[in-house]
Amino acid sequence: MSASTPRLGDRKPKVLVAKLGLDGHDRGAKIVARALKDAGFDVVYLGVHQTPENVVKTAIEEDVDAIGVSILSGSHIELVSELRKLMKERGIDIPLIVGGIIPPSDTQLLKSMGVFEVCGPGTPLRKIIEIYKKAIEIRRGEKI
Amino acid sequence: MWDPSYIEKLKQKLAEWEKEVVEPILKKLPERKREFLTEQGFSLKRLYTPLDLAERNWDYLEKLSFPGEYPFTRGVYPTMYRGRPWTIRQYSGFGSADDTNKRYHYLLKIGQTGLSMAFDLPTQLGLDPDHPLAYYEVGKVGVSMPCVKEMEIVFEGIPMDKITTSMTINATAMEILSMYIVVAESKGIPRHVLGGTVQNDILKEFIARNNYIYPPNPSVRYATDLIIWAAKEMPKWNSISISGYHFEEAGATPAQEIAFTLADGIEYVRWVLERGKSQGWPENVDQFAPRLSFFFSARTNLFEQVAKFRAARRMWAKIMKERFGAKKPRSMMLRFHTQTAGVTLTAQQPLVNLIRTTIQALAAVLGGTQSLHVNSYDEALSLPTEEAVKLSIRVQQVILYESGVVDTVDPLGGSYYVEWLTDMLEEEAWKIIDQIEHVGGMLKAIEAGWPQAEIARSAYEYQLKVEKGEIPIIGVNIFVEEEEPRIQMLKVDPKVRERVISRLKKFREERDREALKRALDEVRRAAEKEDVNLMPYILNAIKSRATLGEVSSVLREVWGEWRAPEVI
Repeated sequence: MSASTPRLGDRKPKVLVAKLGLDGHDRGAKIVARALKDAGFDVVYLGVHQTPENVVKTAIEEDVDAIGVSILSGSHIELVSELRKLMKERGIDIPLIVGGIIPPSDTQLLKSMGVFEVCGPGTPLRKIIEIYKKAIEIRRGEKI
Repeated sequence: MWDPSYIEKLKQKLAEWEKEVVEPILKKLPERKREFLTEQGFSLKRLYTPLDLAERNWDYLEKLSFPGEYPFTRGVYPTMYRGRPWTIRQYSGFGSADDTNKRYHYLLKIGQTGLSMAFDLPTQLGLDPDHPLAYYEVGKVGVSMPCVKEMEIVFEGIPMDKITTSMTINATAMEILSMYIVVAESKGIPRHVLGGTVQNDILKEFIARNNYIYPPNPSVRYATDLIIWAAKEMPKWNSISISGYHFEEAGATPAQEIAFTLADGIEYVRWVLERGKSQGWPENVDQFAPRLSFFFSARTNLFEQVAKFRAARRMWAKIMKERFGAKKPRSMMLRFHTQTAGVTLTAQQPLVNLIRTTIQALAAVLGGTQSLHVNSYDEALSLPTEEAVKLSIRVQQVILYESGVVDTVDPLGGSYYVEWLTDMLEEEAWKIIDQIEHVGGMLKAIEAGWPQAEIARSAYEYQLKVEKGEIPIIGVNIFVEEEEPRIQMLKVDPKVRERVISRLKKFREERDREALKRALDEVRRAAEKEDVNLMPYILNAIKSRATLGEVSSVLREVWGEWRAPEVI
């Protein structure tokens, strides 16, 4: 995707990509994970059937700079609100990006819960990569 | 079939046409693209003629024959839609059993001719709705079905002896089929008259759809046992729907879709024959193969999709006859359901989806499908509204009643282009099947992660082409409009969970605990033994009012759970 490898201090920006909930549609999540990798990010791909608990636990263990979750089952409001609650409780202040089948009317609600951006169907990969970059830059206060 | 002197003459005439007619035109008006590619990646010629078939020594009787005859390329039935239309079968179900019952009555009222049940994720994964992992997902992508009481509510006022029902259920297929049987029998309808399908295709869950519970080996044993049991007890029931749809949705090319599906089919047939030895039945494929059915996707690339269906039909017939020694023509017939490709729907300019699905539905009909689901235009955003589903049914009805494409059998048969494409896809698909057979069959290939990786690669390559604009998508990378879609959307009633759970609690309280415990113990013992067919034990447990989650927990304890190796 991008010619230059992004850097964050002395390491690559690291992101966690997961399928949150019981939904198995992983085409989008895999493509995003692969595109981020090709764009120079370090990617931890957790795969399907992830609980909010496990996502938060892995984010801490792997010390990632951002989390991306994909949900196509219509349970995004409940799952994301649980995830945000756990992130706050454990003091993980990193950007969360949500993808999947998200009705436009829910985008604002998700953002009000603290989601950095919502990437619905048809979002171009280069835009998704920009979103991750921007999110991490804002969080860290440095250019990557 | 090909007269050499006529072929010579045709070659000459074609060369003349290219030189004298085409070349001058190309100088004035060059073609729009340097190369025209199908989705499979075949580079297309400007024009197809009898020469393209003659050079392959194409033989009508060998490649096509007649509808209803081997190798069934032109269709599985002699008169096709002149005799009986395909079944209009919209995949549907959401919320609790009462919401779904209401939707089914509506669908039947507006002209649907068969039912297709969608179950929520907890049901597909063997979790009762009050399980902690189920909490957020109850009733979201399908109906919640933890116990026989819910099945009873879904089918209130629906004639189970007249309507056929297809059920998208795999890892818990036995539990759900048992509930259906118990409800039908309580209405005095014996199981042997029931018509319908359980998807029961666990291999494709491991490859693409991801709704598996147990490790691959016991999972395939479970699927196999259902096939064997149903072949004896339910002569009108399709015991499996071997599915390519989900491969296409995950990113597979048309040849991969055919090949992975048929390779799964080969694996199941081998398993049934093998387990048949220890269970004493079946002894040959003709005893069960007539009830194997298939499921494919229909994309917008019309002719290649038609070719896909025709190639798959011809290949399965060959596999069954030549490889497994089938004698009955019915064992060789690839009968299939089609769903229009969900991944081709766009959230942008959603009404455009109606145009896409119309072309896709046409591909399925020209390809000879036995039943059809047309996606609704709003499904890139949410579950479909009643209005949107009605239009999906109307798409099917316009094709059936107004277009005239159904008035003759296999109207594209003999098209130089379509026959060439059918041959090409067949060749590509055989190559992939050979690779799978080379590693010892689909189960081994899955354990090695091979089909999963192949599909992920195809999906990524496709997406990069969309990014570059090489694959145009209206509203996404061309003719883009900034406007937000403004359409009505269906919201699942948030009270569903409480409603389902309170009914389930009551159901649990009103059971004979001793009988239940005995039935579940018997399931456990049957699962522990290798050579026993599980289905009678699960049916008995459901009759003894076990819940879906209780049966599944027993099997989880015996077999364990599967964590897939994740490949990106």
